[in-house]
Amino acid sequence: MFRFVNKLNHINSSLLINNGIRYYSSKCLVVAEHDNKDLLSSTLNTITAANKLGSDVLLLVAGNNCKSVVDKATKIKGVKTVFHADHPLLEHGLAETLSPVVVGLKERQQLTHIFTPATNFGKNFIPRVAALLDVGAVSDITSIKSDDTFTHPIYAGNAIATVKSEDAVKIGTIRTTAFEKAPVEGGSAAVEQLDWIAPLVDQAASSTNIKWEGSQVIKSERPELTGARVVVSGGRGMKSGENFKMLEELADTMGGAVGASRAAVDSGFVSNDLQVGQTGKVVAPELYIAVGISGAIQHLAGMKDSKVIVAINKDAEAPIFQVADVGLVGDLFKVVPELTEAIKKAK
Amino acid sequence: MDDDTSDFGSFYEADNEDETNTIINMSYKVLVPVKRVIDYAVKIRVRPDKTGVETANVKMSVNPFDEIAVEEAIRMKEAGFASEVVAVSLGPKTVQETIRNSIAMGADKGIHIETGTADLQPLGVAKVLKKLAETEKPNLIILGKQAIDDDANQTAQMLAGLLNWPQATFASKIEVDKANNSVKVTREIDGGLETLSMKMPAIISCDLRLNEPRYAKLQNIMKSKKAELKVQTPQDLGVDISNKIKTISVEEPAKRSGGIKVDSVDQIVQNLKKHALI
Repeated sequence: MFRFVNKLNHINSSLLINNGIRYYSSKCLVVAEHDNKDLLSSTLNTITAANKLGSDVLLLVAGNNCKSVVDKATKIKGVKTVFHADHPLLEHGLAETLSPVVVGLKERQQLTHIFTPATNFGKNFIPRVAALLDVGAVSDITSIKSDDTFTHPIYAGNAIATVKSEDAVKIGTIRTTAFEKAPVEGGSAAVEQLDWIAPLVDQAASSTNIKWEGSQVIKSERPELTGARVVVSGGRGMKSGENFKMLEELADTMGGAVGASRAAVDSGFVSNDLQVGQTGKVVAPELYIAVGISGAIQHLAGMKDSKVIVAINKDAEAPIFQVADVGLVGDLFKVVPELTEAIKKAK
Repeated sequence: MDDDTSDFGSFYEADNEDETNTIINMSYKVLVPVKRVIDYAVKIRVRPDKTGVETANVKMSVNPFDEIAVEEAIRMKEAGFASEVVAVSLGPKTVQETIRNSIAMGADKGIHIETGTADLQPLGVAKVLKKLAETEKPNLIILGKQAIDDDANQTAQMLAGLLNWPQATFASKIEVDKANNSVKVTREIDGGLETLSMKMPAIISCDLRLNEPRYAKLQNIMKSKKAELKVQTPQDLGVDISNKIKTISVEEPAKRSGGIKVDSVDQIVQNLKKHALI
């Protein structure tokens, strides 16, 4: 009871502040994820989270020849200023070179918050920034209760922790599926060139001696897994990579993306960037179709916030049926092609 | 501080710091931090008072990602690259089991940082590891990419920041180049894979696909039980592990309402229509 009253008081006091003079004491820096040409949609979800603080939202676009990203960023609704940091050594978003830019901005802008998407890009550099600033970090924020209180999942999503940061600057990664995308039109942010970054970036690169050698990016015509409206995932029950074609057909019928369980990735059926789960990607599509997936704790962590879950499995006892809205016990090799045809007809 | 380092010196007599720095092919040391967590297969229970997760009488194991880190370090030793693998864990006395598990797998020795029941968070852990890096002088520190309890995915990156060492997180392949004192790491990124090369000393965090950890042989498990562990406290190292992120409550996530089982594909389609999905 006591705790409840306290909570109410807290909410009231923050409302009062917000209802008085338009109170902009806080400044949230969002570090943009992009590929030097386009912003990735994860950035838009993160901007929405930042706007929940009722603070000024400042966006950092750090990259190499990334002016087209800056131009697009200025139009996003809810962004006040876009900081443009351009340097060849910022091209690949390396933690070593990006971190000093963020730290430098913190020193110049009296930031109160620093957010970035909880993607592999954000997870990679944000803890390094936090350590350089001697503050903690909150991973995978799923809701913002106030300017210092956040929730995030722990234990593979089987518990939700509410934490309060008493650090001077609150640093966190944002679970993109928990926040809507900010509109890409309607904003008119100012642009500020960061001309002071070059020596910091050069120094960081030479002192850590890090070199980017190359990448193998898997190209796909299908929508990106974490942003797809429909996800069709396969598990060990698919038996081979060849059989994933069935799931691709089903996914294409619905304009969806294809995902996989760890078992399917470990068995070499599909590449690991398709893995959904605690240690892979977290998705929350409108429809998740789990095919030949038993539903281990670690897999559920990555998909159980999907709006509707359909499970197809021959084992009636599979744990996936405990979270599925619609379950069919049957042979996937028979059911999946039938389902693809039935959906085509029903459309 | 001098007292602390001399403690280490007497304990690790074979250790020769000068060699590490001058002779490329000798005395490469790998430090592997390991964490004791609730076993990955356990269905956790949130405490009724919402202060956390029930850990009493629950099966505990080594964090799966940390086992991968230990395995990788041991393989480096077997390949003639590393000469010594040191496992370290922070926590109450029970974490000594975790360290012994690493020794049973093949680590040479262990360090236990006794923290009692303090709420350990990545920044505090990284600060302790930084101190150990300064005294132990490892060439590589290999960690798991995340612990499966707090799911933070922060410690390796924080440690790299504190030491100003290069970092390669989410590693799925590690190739050591002794001649150039460098290491090439393939990382799992969102769109596929990426390769970085770094001069050592460096920090690596392991992804699941790096390797398959071995089972310890019974004989080695027996031997590991007798292994002498170096025990220190954060105070001994002069590290403040307190943190400013306070847990207000821990609750169960919203439960999904029970679903239905259907008998035919047509019924699936009807349901999808009902939810306006097609």
